[in-house]
Amino acid sequence: MTDIATMPQPVSFGRRLKRFMADRPLIPLIILLVILVVILQILRPGIVNERWLANTAKFAIPLAILAGCQTMTMLTGGIDLSVGTVATMSAFIMATQIVNQDPAVAFLLAMLPAVLIGLVNGIGVGVFRVHPLIMTLGTSLIGTGFLQVYQRTVIASGAKIPDFLNWLGTGVTYGFPNALFLFVPVAVLIVFTLNRTGFGRLLYAVGDNEHAARLSGVRYWQVITALYIVSSLLAGITGLLYIGLIKAPSLSLAEPLVLPSVAAAVIGGTSIFGGRGGYMGTIVGALILTVLTTLLTILQMPEGGRRILFGFIVLFVTAAYLRIVEDR
Amino acid sequence: MTNNPLLDATGVAKNYGAVAALRNASLSVLPGEVHALMGANGAGKSTLVKILTGAIRADAGRILIRGEQLDVRSPAAARRAGLLPVYQEPSLIPDLDVLSNLRLTGTPVEPFRAWVRELGIPDLDIRETARHIPLAILRVLDLARALAVEPDVLLLDEMTAALPANLAEKVLEVVRRQGDAGRSVIFISHRFVEISALCDRATVLRDGSTVGVVDIQPGIEEKIVEMMLGTRIEKTRVAARAAGDVAAADGSRPRLSVRNLQLGTKLNDVSFDLANGEVVGVFALEGQGQDELFAALAGSIRPTGGTIDVDGAPVKFSHPSDAIQAGIAYVPGDRTEALAMQRSVRENIALPFSAALRKWGPIRMRREQVVVSSAIARLQIDTRAQGEVQRLSGGNQQKVTIARWIAANARTILCFDATRGIDVGTKQEIYKLLRELAGQAKSVLFYTSEMEEVQRVCDRVIVIFGGRVVDTFPVEQADEPALMRAAYGLPRGARADVGILAEVKPGSSAEAAS
Repeated sequence: MTDIATMPQPVSFGRRLKRFMADRPLIPLIILLVILVVILQILRPGIVNERWLANTAKFAIPLAILAGCQTMTMLTGGIDLSVGTVATMSAFIMATQIVNQDPAVAFLLAMLPAVLIGLVNGIGVGVFRVHPLIMTLGTSLIGTGFLQVYQRTVIASGAKIPDFLNWLGTGVTYGFPNALFLFVPVAVLIVFTLNRTGFGRLLYAVGDNEHAARLSGVRYWQVITALYIVSSLLAGITGLLYIGLIKAPSLSLAEPLVLPSVAAAVIGGTSIFGGRGGYMGTIVGALILTVLTTLLTILQMPEGGRRILFGFIVLFVTAAYLRIVEDR
Repeated sequence: MTNNPLLDATGVAKNYGAVAALRNASLSVLPGEVHALMGANGAGKSTLVKILTGAIRADAGRILIRGEQLDVRSPAAARRAGLLPVYQEPSLIPDLDVLSNLRLTGTPVEPFRAWVRELGIPDLDIRETARHIPLAILRVLDLARALAVEPDVLLLDEMTAALPANLAEKVLEVVRRQGDAGRSVIFISHRFVEISALCDRATVLRDGSTVGVVDIQPGIEEKIVEMMLGTRIEKTRVAARAAGDVAAADGSRPRLSVRNLQLGTKLNDVSFDLANGEVVGVFALEGQGQDELFAALAGSIRPTGGTIDVDGAPVKFSHPSDAIQAGIAYVPGDRTEALAMQRSVRENIALPFSAALRKWGPIRMRREQVVVSSAIARLQIDTRAQGEVQRLSGGNQQKVTIARWIAANARTILCFDATRGIDVGTKQEIYKLLRELAGQAKSVLFYTSEMEEVQRVCDRVIVIFGGRVVDTFPVEQADEPALMRAAYGLPRGARADVGILAEVKPGSSAEAAS
């Protein structure tokens, strides 16, 4: 067994750089982000300004929060495909209930399906050991069905976007998008949870070696159930933010964000096999995807071509990134 | 029986890196013979078997079959040469039915059926999926499948383990007749009773070399035990430990009291006590139920019967966290079972702290740092590569698994072969640590597959054979010959002129001698 720490001093520059990157996986990601922005600026001189920055942040934030759900579930070796449906349900219920209800009541009603779906996901994955992919896909379909039923019942009352969500979704204060008032605390909370709380430790431990966690006295189902409820709650809050941004309630509002949220977490260096990763990388991953989308939009390619290119770039970036930071 | 040997292997050697699994093994099997292959854990039995059946290739040596030199490159080649193994693990593909499994190996169906009936299973449905067939029956089917192709040399690895008595009897009978029919059988077993009833001769391996070939006759088991032990036969005596006195003084009730523990067919009526300040060794050959005993005490599996008392109060563990709550920590022999390999040393050591629901909140980092550092210092873990446990050496990884429970201040540690595969220096440190723990009135249950460790660490040792506690020694009597005899299920005491062979089956020795 060669002990890496005891390797002789003279190592090639490339090797040292690789070690450096492996120890600080955020740096290559940030470099990539900067490169993308520079390319954008070269293609469209002057596009990168204060307004563009605020706009990018606005669209990256909902993606980044949903990607936070994926990061946390992926750390345990899972995935949460129901986040899109949960976000849509919260947004739709909020927009329809606010018409006749007190805002606080509407908020609680909007978060109710999030908690329920999270609970069902958690019990399915944690207690009955259903594969997270299947479990969350299933609850996602069920949720969509319920939403369609619900839509019939409120069709007469109409919908409106509460002013507060409008302000949060699109407002700008001193050049900063108001969404940051939500995002910064959420991001700090996620990072803190993952690094400095017992729950965060357990997410990593369960994902790395479930058996070892069990031998240390960890009850898997408790961790997993709590995790999927937290993930769903975050998705619900994202839905409220997103409706303030998009301003058009529909039955597939947040659905297009689901797969990009997985991609953002993967690009950010979180392993889908669990035990590895963190939220800071995911945030940068979400920014990278958002900038990439802008870049492809201004290339004025047809939609199909854009998607093809988008897919290839995601694959390439992920492969290259893993190659840079993997230490073997 | 003075014919030429059917199988003759000489000078077989196999190295895994720097480790020699086999140095100079030889095995010669005559036609019509049932030949026992014996040796303590790690003597090289399984390596030799794998080489003979083509599963792995030898680095050196010569294998003659019917006088012809043969290069057994693959299991298929061994099959063609007439060498067929039946391993301990069932080899039918679980998702196929029996018939498809037979087709897969080109086994003729009618002889197979005949053998199955012969072996005491009259009503087998060969359309049954292998997955749904009980383990004991599967093993018999494996044997029938091997017998059906009429191999010249049949290799049976612990064939009767996990078989109920009636099936085991049939199996032994069939194997015996196999010899009478002029075919040979190589029979690997830890059970002297079976060997005496069945075998003509035995080859004994020690440390990768063949140390002797003996005819099976009454009283021979003493000689075989001697050969398996080799030069270590001198009885080393150590003084009873002072820590034992501490335990006695503490007196009143044992830390852990196990009574009549039952676990399926694996554990039978196991009873023993573990006192505060005591290190109790558990010695056993492979697969005698020690895994299940430790799993039951650690809360990983539920026993089917018997009681476990902790500090005099009965407990029922349904999850490892219950055992941990009672201050009982389990250190598995396989480090990969216990460590989150991609996480840091610190996180691994601190893992039990966060396990309980009420400890999910913010971690008090500074206090954790203090506790973890002191555990690291106590075990002298090399922390140069502490960012990921997988970068540590094996010995340091093992130390982390123990440090976790030192940090958690567990009162009882269940150490399952914790020194397996680590360097000598680290082993010494672990021995010392366990003795220190005992000095602090903690208690340790210490399973080991290396006999010499018993005297280094333990106050007492219990020996398990076939799921039962067959003997208990104070350390001063637990020399290697005594342990080895007990582990093979032989009665204690000075060597009797009449061994158990004579008691069991007088007839077989006469046959062997003829």
